[in-house]
Amino acid sequence: MYYLSFLFLREAKRIMKIDNALVERLAELSKLEFETEEKERIKTDLQNIFNLVEKLNEVNVDGVEPLIYMSEERNVLRKDVVQGEVPKVEALLNAPQKDSDYFKVPKVIKK
Amino acid sequence: MSNDKYSKYEVIVGLEVHAQLSSNSKMYCGDSAEYGAAPNTQVSPLSLGHPGTLPVVNEKAIEYAVKIGLATKSEIREENQFARKNYFYADLPKGYQITQDKTPICTNGVVEFELENELKRVRLTRIHLEEDAGKSIHDIDPYFTLVDLNRAGVPLIEIVSEPDIRSGDEAMAYLNEVRKLVRHLEICDGNMEEGSMRCDANVSVRLKGTTAYNPRSEVKNMNSMRNVKRAIEFEFIRQIDALEAGEKLVQETRGFDAIKGITLSQRSKEHAHDYRYFPEPDLPPVIVTQQYIESIKAEMPKLPAELKYEYINKFGLPEYDARLISDDKATSNYYNAIVENTQNYKAASNWLLGPIKNHLNASGKDINEFELKPKAVVALIALIDEGKTNFSVASANIFPALLLSPEKTPFEIAQALNLIQNSDEDLIGGFVQQVLAAMPEKVAEYKAGKKGLLGLFVGEVMKLSKGKADPKVVNKLIAEALS
Repeated sequence: MYYLSFLFLREAKRIMKIDNALVERLAELSKLEFETEEKERIKTDLQNIFNLVEKLNEVNVDGVEPLIYMSEERNVLRKDVVQGEVPKVEALLNAPQKDSDYFKVPKVIKK
Repeated sequence: MSNDKYSKYEVIVGLEVHAQLSSNSKMYCGDSAEYGAAPNTQVSPLSLGHPGTLPVVNEKAIEYAVKIGLATKSEIREENQFARKNYFYADLPKGYQITQDKTPICTNGVVEFELENELKRVRLTRIHLEEDAGKSIHDIDPYFTLVDLNRAGVPLIEIVSEPDIRSGDEAMAYLNEVRKLVRHLEICDGNMEEGSMRCDANVSVRLKGTTAYNPRSEVKNMNSMRNVKRAIEFEFIRQIDALEAGEKLVQETRGFDAIKGITLSQRSKEHAHDYRYFPEPDLPPVIVTQQYIESIKAEMPKLPAELKYEYINKFGLPEYDARLISDDKATSNYYNAIVENTQNYKAASNWLLGPIKNHLNASGKDINEFELKPKAVVALIALIDEGKTNFSVASANIFPALLLSPEKTPFEIAQALNLIQNSDEDLIGGFVQQVLAAMPEKVAEYKAGKKGLLGLFVGEVMKLSKGKADPKVVNKLIAEALS
């Protein structure tokens, strides 16, 4: 839901209208599918989120830089050293479909 | 005249080059970035996209990006942010690629190269850091796509040019220059066939003399410089044919089919990608200070153009030699190592571009695998300069024997093969008298003006000396005897 809200907030700026088309577009981008009654519920949720965020528009943010990072940390860098790999068997352990070497996924057309 | 319809148009090309950085580990985690390992053996919870993992930037990638930025005279950004580019694909387990969106580390660079004796400048829009995706394999299993995530997270730089390229040949020359740069900087091996350097081409056409752009196609899947050229030339014809037939061009992605030499539309059913970029909250900004840039500048190797200039102006090499040597990093390293210990710069170039190159070509070796140390070449040059042998004997006899016993010195080889040449003027003078006395009629012809006979006399003297007389001394003594 967090992700969907995020997408929505981005789209909302451009679209503003919470209709089935918007829900379907968001669902497509998130690879989700909704039944008709779920769509209605989601529309309500989105409307609530939208209203909440609309409140932010009431605040004057002239001259305020967007806050992206919650910490003041800068230059958190790693040395170029190989470490932290997991064995192949473990890497494949949680995969729904696999063979002894690869993850198996539904046939996809080459990008 | 069907050709006229093409000559009215020009092709407008911008290239996007992805270069895999040759770091030990990945961009945001410590998995090995080495090419060619068994599938899914260089992975970790982060590259597998498991929840709860946090990326950390590889400092080497920053260093390499600054290097290419300096080499392309780019502006280098102080505050670097990273961004998520969201898309759904099995080779990208996180569901997003961490890249740089609004803050590319390098902007406004330029790549300069020569094409048909003309200096070309291709401006660079940007160079940014990002990570590679894994590899999808479609042709092993008939029912499934197989995914290998070894490559997922390998550091990349994407070099985006302005639409400054006007032909397939220019595109090739540009790519060749970019490849030279990354190889000289030792930040990428530049191998297009293995995919460590990849190229997409944005191609459009327009009537000459006009300035507006038509919709462009973005051509992918070209795994060699030649295929980039072929794809551009195919698009030029295809787009003009379409325009002339009254069709409307659309902006689209097309794949190059190397066998048929054509491009095909890759219209996917997913309408208009929406990558939904947003700042990567898990990576704090990376600050590239002026001081840091200066420290990288101090350790920058000389680039091909600079080396070439030096070879011509400091060492007096012909332009041709200078270009061949400076083009390749390893070759220029080897050359530099030779001329550290000899003043005979042209001889060093002759050896490198002659016998050594022939030997490497014939044995399929790279200069890095060459059996002889630069010191051995220095010794060969010295042996000739001291008059103990000459170039033809040294390259035909001593050099091959030296390759078989690289631990010996050229002098030892020459001695063992009885090839040390004789510069003893008394001895050679005797041979000269003997030869001239044996063929009085030829001597008379020579004196009557048939100067071409000189070679015959020299050859006979060399024969008598069993090839060991110093040709310079022979020439000199014959000339004296006949004057």
